[in-house]
Amino acid sequence: MEHIVIIGNGVAGVTVARHIRKNSDKRITIISGETDYFFSRTALMYVYMGHMKFEHTQPYESWFWKKNRIELKSAWVESVSGANKSIKFTDGQSISFDKLILATGSIPNKFGWPGQDLDGVQGMYHKQDLEKLEKNAPNNSVCKRAVIVGGGLIGIEMAEMLHSRHIPVTFLVRESSFWNGVLPAGESALVNEEILANGIDLRLEQNLEEIIDDGNGRCKAIKIKETGEIIECDVVGLTAGVSPNVSFLKNSDIELGRGVMVNRFLETSVKDVYAIGDCAEQRESIGRRRPIEAVWYTGRMMGESLAQTICGNATKYNPGHWFNSAKFMDVEYQTYGWVSGSRKPDFEDQFHWRHPVENICVTVAYHKDTDEFLGINTFGIRMRHEIFDRWLTENRKVDDVMTYLKDANFDPEFYSKHEDAIISHYNKERGKQIKPVKKSWKRIFA
Amino acid sequence: MKAIHHIGLIIFLIGLTIFTGSIFAGSFDLQKEELNSFLESKGIANDFIIKELNEDVVSKGPMGIFEFSSSVRGALEKNNVHYDALIAKYDAAKDWDNKGKQYQYRINEKDFRAISFSLAKKSAIGFVVENKGLMWLLTFGLGILGSLMFIAPQLQLLGRKGIKNNGIYHSAATNRGWIAWLVLVYLVTFYIVLYFMADYVVNWTFIVDPISLFLSGNEASQWFVYGFLYCVLMSVMALRMYIKYRHNKYQVLRTTSVLFFQIVLAFLIPEIMTSLQMPAYDFKNAFPLDYDFFFSWNLDSLLDSGAIGLFILVWGIVLTVIIVPVMVYFFGKRWYCSWVCGCGGLAETLGDPYRQNSSKKLISWKLERWLIHSVLVFSLVMTIVTLYAYFTGANSLLGIPADWIKDAYSVLIGAWFAGVIGTGFYPIFGNRVWCRFGCPLAAYLGLVQRFKSRFRITTNGGQCISCGNCSTYCEQGIDVRAYAQKGENIVRASCVGCGICSAVCPRGVLKLENGPETGRINPTEVLLGNDVDLMDLLNKGK
Repeated sequence: MEHIVIIGNGVAGVTVARHIRKNSDKRITIISGETDYFFSRTALMYVYMGHMKFEHTQPYESWFWKKNRIELKSAWVESVSGANKSIKFTDGQSISFDKLILATGSIPNKFGWPGQDLDGVQGMYHKQDLEKLEKNAPNNSVCKRAVIVGGGLIGIEMAEMLHSRHIPVTFLVRESSFWNGVLPAGESALVNEEILANGIDLRLEQNLEEIIDDGNGRCKAIKIKETGEIIECDVVGLTAGVSPNVSFLKNSDIELGRGVMVNRFLETSVKDVYAIGDCAEQRESIGRRRPIEAVWYTGRMMGESLAQTICGNATKYNPGHWFNSAKFMDVEYQTYGWVSGSRKPDFEDQFHWRHPVENICVTVAYHKDTDEFLGINTFGIRMRHEIFDRWLTENRKVDDVMTYLKDANFDPEFYSKHEDAIISHYNKERGKQIKPVKKSWKRIFA
Repeated sequence: MKAIHHIGLIIFLIGLTIFTGSIFAGSFDLQKEELNSFLESKGIANDFIIKELNEDVVSKGPMGIFEFSSSVRGALEKNNVHYDALIAKYDAAKDWDNKGKQYQYRINEKDFRAISFSLAKKSAIGFVVENKGLMWLLTFGLGILGSLMFIAPQLQLLGRKGIKNNGIYHSAATNRGWIAWLVLVYLVTFYIVLYFMADYVVNWTFIVDPISLFLSGNEASQWFVYGFLYCVLMSVMALRMYIKYRHNKYQVLRTTSVLFFQIVLAFLIPEIMTSLQMPAYDFKNAFPLDYDFFFSWNLDSLLDSGAIGLFILVWGIVLTVIIVPVMVYFFGKRWYCSWVCGCGGLAETLGDPYRQNSSKKLISWKLERWLIHSVLVFSLVMTIVTLYAYFTGANSLLGIPADWIKDAYSVLIGAWFAGVIGTGFYPIFGNRVWCRFGCPLAAYLGLVQRFKSRFRITTNGGQCISCGNCSTYCEQGIDVRAYAQKGENIVRASCVGCGICSAVCPRGVLKLENGPETGRINPTEVLLGNDVDLMDLLNKGK
């Protein structure tokens, strides 16, 4: 029986395993050193905040694996040989495979800052990081202040985590506004405000110079490059992005770029070795997507696709329209299609509406010349994925999207609706006469 | 703000302590005339019991409630022993005439506590009886004041509006810690005493006598105490809901709705009906949750009450047979379970802090389905036997004695399951123990919801990140994530539509909605967002 070995028990590895099991009888082994069972990485923050226990982040009960004949191996991989079809573990043992799937995810970036390896300095990615944070920052008497370096999604999550335990947080962001490489200016400004409203000391355009040792190998302060300011702190969170977790493959026969190089079938340079999820780097670009996408959904989708290939139905990884979501403190964010931040292409125009009081806003991107709808970002409004996926496929015009915007609303019942205000603003700004059409189940389920 | 919060807790605990301690206060000194008038009103006229009660209770003078209760019950017991002996004697002598005569003098053991309660109510002396208003302030007054002081500062302490479940799993009160166990013991004891030893808490009834007299013209029973307490708890804890979910209109409206139905329909209207000499009726309490609706005493009482009685009889049947299922078709069982029902109302207010403790294990779901449907069958069998007995005059059907099955259901399901376990177990097993595992009406609504309804919780395409907040905070123990991460809508029979899964979802994945039946159930292999051809290939063939 063919033995499929998967390194990594994150969403990519587990999805591919589940789908291989659905379609075949192959022997499946998942290797992980991080945890015994699959958990939702994105939910680690809620464990620290006390919303959940760690066990709640595990989507499957522990009997699930045995029942589905998915073997779990708890070990760290030291090296891989594609030619010999074998894996060596750090404890000296080894295992052989017929097909290998690399799904090892990411590791937090460190940019060679002085003091980056001191105690109290940590990322927020692995389960071990959660345990470290519980030790480093159990409350605001042990951790009197924390500094977070890097203004991305993990950075703001970590700020929210610490804030939930009333630990003062200084948040260093390299850019002139939070995540403005991705978010349009109006939205980025809204998130800045949300961060400040929560009492977080947001420092825009400030970078880390060094982390200062207290003499015992523990951080006691950081120094800011631009101002020379010293900020005392007990914890430093390094959240300046992530990179593929592939260092254990450096001496293997598998070709690496920043990640594991794969073609559209998610095949690496070595036969019978595949890579999916955060650690995979696409050789050829897919639409406007980046070659490495460290996103939950793409990990899952690669798993869904690769399982087909492994089970004899050769299937390209061919993701549909881009979508994503996040939550910035108390503001939910969703995106469908492409809405650009500061690196906006020439052909893109944007329409932006913001609620006069609440932290609610919408940005719609469309093609300057053709008026074709390119994408939408919403803050504080939930939108229906299926509707936008369909509208993007149909290359709808932006006016059309506005007209039927009510079909796309996904907010809970009784919430105040904003479509009328959005459309009236749109009409004013673009000199249009669009009348919003009432929501129709018929169209939604068309 | 923190100080107010803490002082509030202390004041609440003082109020609770006085309330609990008041049980032991005062004494009970039954007078001969009081006893005689009571016995006369009950039509008890045998010399033996009069002599025993006079000797064991009246002549003993003032006693504490526990001694009083055991003296009364002891006298009643002696009476039964006496007549049992006579019955045995005449039986041996084959003197059937005299043997048959003795049975009327026996007193049903089920009535012992009620007799003790009535006599205690007549004979109480001391602080509580003499200072009803002051006692109200010291118990309910301090409790309400303390709770409000504890809850209101959360408007600021919780932080900005939004989902603030911070620290729930760090607290001994909400994470099955020692506080939770203490609360469980208190609640279980409370219900056991209320259902089975009501005479012990007769003092509580004095505290609310003035309110009861004002509303219905009658003195308060233990059920009035419970009803009043129920409304107070729900009102106070509704404030907590309003603060916690102030950003969420669904929750605000839902909380207001359960509060209205409890206070007006379950509490005030029945009291007012009593004052108008009508049969008291909770117009929203549908059979089979209202399990004694078809009991002979209720049918007789309704049929004796003229037009209003007849209206209630018809309404009760129409409610269960037509209104309930039709509404479930359009809105899901939530219209009842989390917008109208009293049990649901308590669960959604008092019980909300415990919602995360419901078990999400597959085995719990299996247990749930067996239990709740068994209770539904039990309630229907019980009702059929009862109605058969009512209309034919027979004592039993298929060998099932009507009185026996009625009593069994009342005690096992009505008291133990719905009360002692259903509410008492909130702090450890979540706030919907009764609604999830026991309520026959919920089982009935659930069957309609699962198979014939427009209601579903829509999963938003591929947006789920499997974080588990939805499952964790589902009070009914539904593993919501299991569906959401597959892109499947949630159409489970047990879903009461509280809307919290949708509220706590950080990615906007879940929406409660009523829509066309087509597409309501949507099993998927591959989620939205992936290759269109792959989705077509794998999803359409299903």
